[in-house]
Amino acid sequence: MSWRTVSGGRIDRSRLVQFRFDGKSYAGHPGDTLVSALLAHGVHLMGRSFKYHRPRGVLAAGSEEPNALVHVDRGGGRETPNLRATQVEIYEGLVATSQNRMPSLRFDVGQAVGLVARFLPAGFYYKTFMWPASFWKKAYEPALRAAAGLGRAPVAADPDRYLRRYAHCETLVVGGGAAGIVAALQAAASGARVMLCDEGAAFGGGLLDERDAMIDGRPAEAWLGWALSELASRPNVTLLARTTAFGWYPDNLIGLAERVTDHLAMPDPKLPRERLWQVRAREVVIATGAHERPLVFPDNDRPGIMLAGAARAYLNRYGVKPGARVVIATACDSAYAAALDLHAAGVMIAAIGDLRTDPRSPGVDAARAAGLPVRTGAAITGSTGGLRVTGALFGTEWVACDCLLMSGGWTPSLHLHSQSRGKLGFDPASGAFLPLETAGQRSIGACAGMFDLADCMPGHAVMGSIAPNGTHAGLVKGAKAKRAFVDFQNDVTARDLLLATQEGFRAIEHVKRYTTTGMATDQGKTSALNALAIVAERLGTTVPEVGLTTFRPPYTPVTFGTIAGASRGALFDPERRAPMHDWAAGRGAVFEDVGTWKRARYFPAPGETMAEAVARECRAVRTQAGIFDASTLGKIEVVGPDAAEFLHRMYTNAWLKLAVGRCRYGLMLSEAGFVMDDGVVGRIAEDRFHVTTTTGGAARVLHHMEDYLQTEFPGLRVWLTSTTEQWAVIAVQGPQARAAIAPYVQGIDLSPSAFPHMSLRIGTICGVPTRLFRVSFTGELGFEINVPAEYGPAVWAVLMESGTLTPYGTEAMHVLRAEKGFVIVGQETDGTVTPDDLGLSGMIAASKRDFVGKRSLRRPDMLAADRKQLVGLLTDDPGIVLEEGAQIVEDPRQPIPMRMIGHVTSSYPSATLGRSIALALVEGGRARIGATLYVPMPGQTIAVRVVAPVFYDPAGDRLND
Amino acid sequence: MKFSLRTLLTQGLAGHSGWPEQWRSPEPKAAYDVIIVGGGGHGLATAYYLAAEHRVRNVAVLEKGWLGGGNTGRNTTIIRSNYLWDESAAIYEHALKLWEGLSRELNYNVMYSARGVMMLAHTVHDAQVFKRHVHANRLNGIDNEWLTPEEAKDFCPPLNIGTDVRYPIVGAALQRRGGTARHDAVAWGYARGASALGVDIIQNCEVIGIDRDAAGAVTGVETTRGRIGAGKVGVVAAGHTSVLMGMAGVRMPLESYPLQALVSEPVKPVFPCVVMSNTIHAYISQSDKGELVIGAGTDAYTSYSQAGGLHIAEHTLDAICEMFPMFRRMRMLRSWGGIVDVTPDRSPIIGLTPVPGLFVNCGWGTGGFKATPGSGHVFAATIAQGRPHPIAAPFTLERFRTGRLIDEAAAAAVAH
Repeated sequence: MSWRTVSGGRIDRSRLVQFRFDGKSYAGHPGDTLVSALLAHGVHLMGRSFKYHRPRGVLAAGSEEPNALVHVDRGGGRETPNLRATQVEIYEGLVATSQNRMPSLRFDVGQAVGLVARFLPAGFYYKTFMWPASFWKKAYEPALRAAAGLGRAPVAADPDRYLRRYAHCETLVVGGGAAGIVAALQAAASGARVMLCDEGAAFGGGLLDERDAMIDGRPAEAWLGWALSELASRPNVTLLARTTAFGWYPDNLIGLAERVTDHLAMPDPKLPRERLWQVRAREVVIATGAHERPLVFPDNDRPGIMLAGAARAYLNRYGVKPGARVVIATACDSAYAAALDLHAAGVMIAAIGDLRTDPRSPGVDAARAAGLPVRTGAAITGSTGGLRVTGALFGTEWVACDCLLMSGGWTPSLHLHSQSRGKLGFDPASGAFLPLETAGQRSIGACAGMFDLADCMPGHAVMGSIAPNGTHAGLVKGAKAKRAFVDFQNDVTARDLLLATQEGFRAIEHVKRYTTTGMATDQGKTSALNALAIVAERLGTTVPEVGLTTFRPPYTPVTFGTIAGASRGALFDPERRAPMHDWAAGRGAVFEDVGTWKRARYFPAPGETMAEAVARECRAVRTQAGIFDASTLGKIEVVGPDAAEFLHRMYTNAWLKLAVGRCRYGLMLSEAGFVMDDGVVGRIAEDRFHVTTTTGGAARVLHHMEDYLQTEFPGLRVWLTSTTEQWAVIAVQGPQARAAIAPYVQGIDLSPSAFPHMSLRIGTICGVPTRLFRVSFTGELGFEINVPAEYGPAVWAVLMESGTLTPYGTEAMHVLRAEKGFVIVGQETDGTVTPDDLGLSGMIAASKRDFVGKRSLRRPDMLAADRKQLVGLLTDDPGIVLEEGAQIVEDPRQPIPMRMIGHVTSSYPSATLGRSIALALVEGGRARIGATLYVPMPGQTIAVRVVAPVFYDPAGDRLND
Repeated sequence: MKFSLRTLLTQGLAGHSGWPEQWRSPEPKAAYDVIIVGGGGHGLATAYYLAAEHRVRNVAVLEKGWLGGGNTGRNTTIIRSNYLWDESAAIYEHALKLWEGLSRELNYNVMYSARGVMMLAHTVHDAQVFKRHVHANRLNGIDNEWLTPEEAKDFCPPLNIGTDVRYPIVGAALQRRGGTARHDAVAWGYARGASALGVDIIQNCEVIGIDRDAAGAVTGVETTRGRIGAGKVGVVAAGHTSVLMGMAGVRMPLESYPLQALVSEPVKPVFPCVVMSNTIHAYISQSDKGELVIGAGTDAYTSYSQAGGLHIAEHTLDAICEMFPMFRRMRMLRSWGGIVDVTPDRSPIIGLTPVPGLFVNCGWGTGGFKATPGSGHVFAATIAQGRPHPIAAPFTLERFRTGRLIDEAAAAAVAH
């Protein structure tokens, strides 16, 4: 038998679409959802519940669906679990499967859980599985985990793309039902920028379900067509279908998720799968409608039992009859509209049981006039059936049916309003919480309690629509609580809720967390108010007294990829490349990540290991000269009449008397007195400094400086500009460094007397303007050539042409500086190290009135004698290279836990010295020089001798050549 | 009633009519020996251990909302103890040992699951830092091991150890005893245990003032349900500690930030352990219910709002998708925020205050859940004895004056 109506619905009956569900082929029409297409074949069984694996049919017609969840696999890693079948639009070749069943939907071994359900009440797992302790990890937990979960996560990387859009508008209307469309028309007429979004494939909301309603003298469908074409014709209006407003973020920023290609059989590969819109709106008009409430009675979850409004939607939108013999249980007049529409389509209405004793509405009158069997004061108390409902129970009376529709009235969708921290008030008349007035937004239509279509469309004449008066929440009077489902997906029954209150869980948040009601993928859209009413009744209090749980974003689940957008691979965190990167790559350099930078770590010659390459590079610097790309060092141009005073306050040492053309090594402390950054600063002019920072610290130091400048020293006339990426920095280091650069430098006297260590000159190199620093981080004669970044590769190439320079990478740089005992902030320091700990107390200008961190340095513990101090370590066996991070003890024979007195901060084989060297922080280290300490490693203990931290050229003669 | 399989079966046959309240909800008495302000995990654990180990049973726990409604019920439930400094390692290891026996101690299944916590290293610097932890932990008797990328993938098969990502994995530090627990159950289990020993648990009771005598000592608290006397008051209020301590004239070195977390829709078991990456700022595990539980760093600005910006979720999820591209089609089901209280050295403050009779336990920042049993245990001893428990002793308020900081985060560049 066909379950399609003869005509009607918004499907294209002229075409067939083939799809598969659980391996079986079906045909539907364009415009169908997976649910409507399956219902058209009489298929109601679509899922299994989370806990008891009860067979379930579809409950709703929209995103609130708790039961009909499916897995859709488009191939090539494009598989998605837990999709609501109510929102899956069919396309040619769609492959969908049901979930949480083994081996099939019709026969699911998991259903056996139902046999012992009486022993598995809410929260049962808190009360058992505690013995023996080891079994939790080995047996109980794996079993529970395997039973839990719904669908299966994808296993392959998702090949699809996701994009982000940002938009601004005067009015964002969320929800394209009658109220939203009217509001959008009004706002659009003013010429303002209007955006209207709806989660459905088509605009219209509840209007799509109206059969007899007339608006402004036209059938609802015709009016809708007119209104949408009117909106579409306006350039100031953006219409977004299949777009869910999922979250409200501060200051009217609304997150929208647009589903772009999931409904297409052959999507254009240029399109993203989904698009995240972040819309900043002056006013947000919330027109998100309402969700119909199920009635809570035993066995209210059998396949074939659905919401009355859903049945009406399937009939009128998709031309599908949900059954041949329908029973309706209701407390709301809207169910009569469903009854009348079904009756008109030739469906037999076996009974309408109204919970109310004396319902008065045009719907009741019309139903009676049509000869439908309306019973008042008739409480539904149960159902019969297995994989499909076979009958409804009203007390002792059984009425046969193959479809049972229910309605407990409508719950306004308060999610967005509530996420915005808008207040709610309880309206006893409608039995619902309603939004209270809030600045910057407006709730209209059913989500504001205007359930009647006429109220949703101010200024328009509405006829022939039945107002959905009447409401019921909680357990149906006279019905048992056992198997009376409140949260369908999580299998939470009225009885579970009563047990929770019995056990003292009275706060609604506790009830939710103890029973898991409202925590399923529908987040309580159909269950929240029923649960509240049951708890309130048991506690002898009112619904508003118990209160709602918090509405948390998102409104419906949002794809991770949609939120992450295009941030993947190289775009995840854009790679920063130094100006000479390409040269280094061409030379075969091995790179390392340092912050967001890629830095050349070493330049292996063919067949060379890393150790061999680093040793060769180090030897070259010590004996000839090396060339190094230092461009990643942070650079800040500090300018202004008070620039010297500013640096004087930011760094520990003195700056006021630094002469133009001279450089100084600066040490910067955090407010807590610990070393935060270091770098060479050169004075370009009276009012201009060239500040360098560590590579990783560039942004942090600039923020730190700006913070102080703006909040502590606003009177100083200083301006800060990051120039990190404006300068290419080529370090040339080694005894032949001067000879190597001299032929290319113009306008600067390079002789030692004219250009001493720690000075800078302005001139040109290869005809390019340069700030040439004479500084060294290797202990050799050294220059750092700053040229505008775009000239860097050319200058580098010219210098290389001389053939005397060996390129070296960060690893050789680390070894060379460690041989000299130069520290690296972040390696020798870890945020707990003072200048004195590093042996740099000479860097503190005691005479200065103040500098950042000065006060903290006077705290007693900062002056303690047992602080960890920087020392050198030499292993007894010169071939042993200590592991960085290894811990140091005095007595290696002590039991665990051992008393650790320090750790190795840097450790390398030194080609220059022909042995291993290490730097370490050791308690009272300077007083231990000459002592032997121990580094306990797995399998061996390494003896080390404490030495001064400078291993090479301690007098510094080579710097001043 | 003792919880066991037997009582569960008996009650199942009896229609579950016999389950009693898990904790009593009495009216507050006029006075108690000790008042704990804050009904989260730390506060309830403190009350439990006061009653269970120190026989101090005339105790009230005052909670302005519902038990466990703050950070206890909002965190991502990661438990580990592989901290660097001796002081930190001592307290978190103390907590971990208590976790290992907690379900039976409380007769409440808190679902402590030692599934392993793996911290990924993506750079040479990460590797140096994590190896430093591994060595220090080894000599402190705490399990923590260094894994190669291949070993890491064996332990966590979804891991992508290829080099086709922005920050390839160079290794990982694994604490096998680390894992997760069921956060709500921790609050409820301690509440049930404390209540059974005589502790009064009073919800919907906000403290609005702290009373002191002429000498400045605490005499009780003012609440929305009237005055309640007590000679000792312990404040355990996480993000709102500064406000409460301000009532006693004590200015706390705390800043409060929103911290967000989110879960996916539930799926069948797909992720066996906890993975954290500090370089790309995200952490992930899978709950027993099947949801992927995901968190990241704090918002950049101080706030008392339990909601954060969408951009934080963006940065969290792009990190997750970068590490686990197969999860890109998974969907965010629920997101939320909590308020974390952060000290200048990111380590907690546990102990006495300048006000006689007033004790404080706060500053756990983003990492308090894992410490819950240990924190409550040493704080109870501190309150009962009027002097710091040896493990709590380093975590004084005074350390910010002396400079004896315990800067775990600075040392490790690790969220904890």
